[in-house]
Amino acid sequence: MSELTLFLIRIAYLAILWIFVLSAISVIRSDMFGARVPEAARGGRGAGKAPKPPKQPSKRRGAPTHVIVTEGSNVGERADLAQGTILIGRGSDAQIRLDDDYVSTRHARIAASGDQWFVEDLGSTNGTYVGSVRISQPTTITLGTQVRIGKTILELRK
Amino acid sequence: MAQQSTLMGFVHRRRRGAELFLLVLALVVGIGAYAAVGLGVQGKVPADMLGYGGWLAALLIGAHIVIRFVAPYADPVLFPVVAALNGLGLAVIHRIDLAKQAEGDAHDFAQQQLTWMTLGVILFALTLLVLRDHRVLQRFTYTSGLAAIVLLLLPLLPGIGATINGARIWIHLGPFSLQPGEIAKVLLVIAFAGYLVLHRDALALAGRRVLFVDLPRGRDLGPILAMWLVSLGILVFQQDLGSSLLFFGLFLIMLYVATERPGWLVVGALMFVGGALLAYAAVPHVRIRFDIWLHPFDYYDSGQSYQPVEAKFGMGWGGLIGRGFGDGDPNRVPYANSDFILSSIGEELGLTAVMAVLMMYGLIVERALRTALICRDGFGKLVATGLASAFAIQVFVVVGGVTGLIPLTGLTTPFLSYGGSSLIANWVIIALLLRISDQARRPMPTISDDTAAFSQDDTQVVRIG
Repeated sequence: MSELTLFLIRIAYLAILWIFVLSAISVIRSDMFGARVPEAARGGRGAGKAPKPPKQPSKRRGAPTHVIVTEGSNVGERADLAQGTILIGRGSDAQIRLDDDYVSTRHARIAASGDQWFVEDLGSTNGTYVGSVRISQPTTITLGTQVRIGKTILELRK
Repeated sequence: MAQQSTLMGFVHRRRRGAELFLLVLALVVGIGAYAAVGLGVQGKVPADMLGYGGWLAALLIGAHIVIRFVAPYADPVLFPVVAALNGLGLAVIHRIDLAKQAEGDAHDFAQQQLTWMTLGVILFALTLLVLRDHRVLQRFTYTSGLAAIVLLLLPLLPGIGATINGARIWIHLGPFSLQPGEIAKVLLVIAFAGYLVLHRDALALAGRRVLFVDLPRGRDLGPILAMWLVSLGILVFQQDLGSSLLFFGLFLIMLYVATERPGWLVVGALMFVGGALLAYAAVPHVRIRFDIWLHPFDYYDSGQSYQPVEAKFGMGWGGLIGRGFGDGDPNRVPYANSDFILSSIGEELGLTAVMAVLMMYGLIVERALRTALICRDGFGKLVATGLASAFAIQVFVVVGGVTGLIPLTGLTTPFLSYGGSSLIANWVIIALLLRISDQARRPMPTISDDTAAFSQDDTQVVRIG
């Protein structure tokens, strides 16, 4: 076997070795450049670059910007209204997590409809109160309305 | 955390097709190496080329089919990379067999290694088939810890223990001899993970702060002290530097990952340095290794540093693209087919191939750590981290030893070296990693959303009266 053939075999083998390594890396390239999230999975917010801007300017002065806990064990915890629906509860997926024994895992949520904000009970055990009334359907709340959940009181604030 | 919701909705693709594609390339790497050895050494394609290639392909594609059925979401890169490393290792061992044959010292290590590999792949498939959920292993925390310690002590027993090349890490069972330390490695990772998942809060939160470092509480030092003693025991009684470093480093990394406290690293590093100094002073075997590392050429004439120096000559001779299979002299290095297989690769395939091999090890560790990141339960995270770091430490210790970066210690190069216990244990490690990554990448089980019924306004309150 000639020297040249052996040399070519050696180069070819090294090439195969590196082709393998590089294709293995290309299979996991999403690790480096991030995974492509399908359009559908981005949901309302993603399709959302378009509908979002018109929403922003419509915000009047004096519109609430965040929900804050004013009483209870988690005083001071807040969530921005800009992120859409706010889930309140003991579960880890809640935007406002309450360490309160009288709160259910997914207790209530606060959502916007037009200019108005609603609080809605999600079938909690101990109920959600606006003022002193236990609510059974989505209820409008305004700035400063006290929403009581378990031993915790939340408010909309500017 | 806002990103969390998009990530939760993200479903990993199965990518079994990509795995098959990579596996075919890996087979080309393995079988191509075998053909290149035949062409380079004997001047012709080996006669048993078809049989050898067919066996390797059947074995690995069979394992791939098992993955398809029982772990469809498992990581697509791990298995082909391991297959390529194992194939390359087989070819290099075969090459060294041929060189030994030419010297009249006939051995068939490659054939034995192929048998071990077959066993390893079968065990790999069995692990995937039997173990459908890695969390089951958490039940065996203390059992596997005890088993690991028994396995580590076995070589010290008279009768079945044996000292080979100065290290007492072997046991003889009938015709077989095996290194129980390799199996203990897997069991120890499981034991550490199970222990740390339960106790990490106590280890992480208690303690006081000294000079920007959170020092752990005195009584929490118990396990780390025990592990330090075990490592030191291995070092002193079994004279095995590599395993001692591996076990202690493994424990330290897992402790750090579980508690997020750099204080453990400081304490552990100090203990390691202390232990190493102690060993240097007390154990002559360790002192010689250390001196040989610092002044290899001083010991060349006496033959004590013959092996590492010859390995360095070989790698230097190989240069960037190597001598080519058949043109090097890798069998000048004693144990070229086990501890020093990397120097054989460096000699005949050059730095280019050594880098490719290191990249493959890097990929394995990266995939294992990625699995740990996306895993949903703490136990799985810790097991994956532990296996990844065991792998990383082992590769670092052995490659560092062969290239002269750190003192030489006897550990096998995973998947490349000749050695049954190591090969089988590593295949089981890969099976565990695939199982955890399958669990982690699988889409979330759908929880029945009974709150949805309430959010719809179907129920109306009817006032009467």
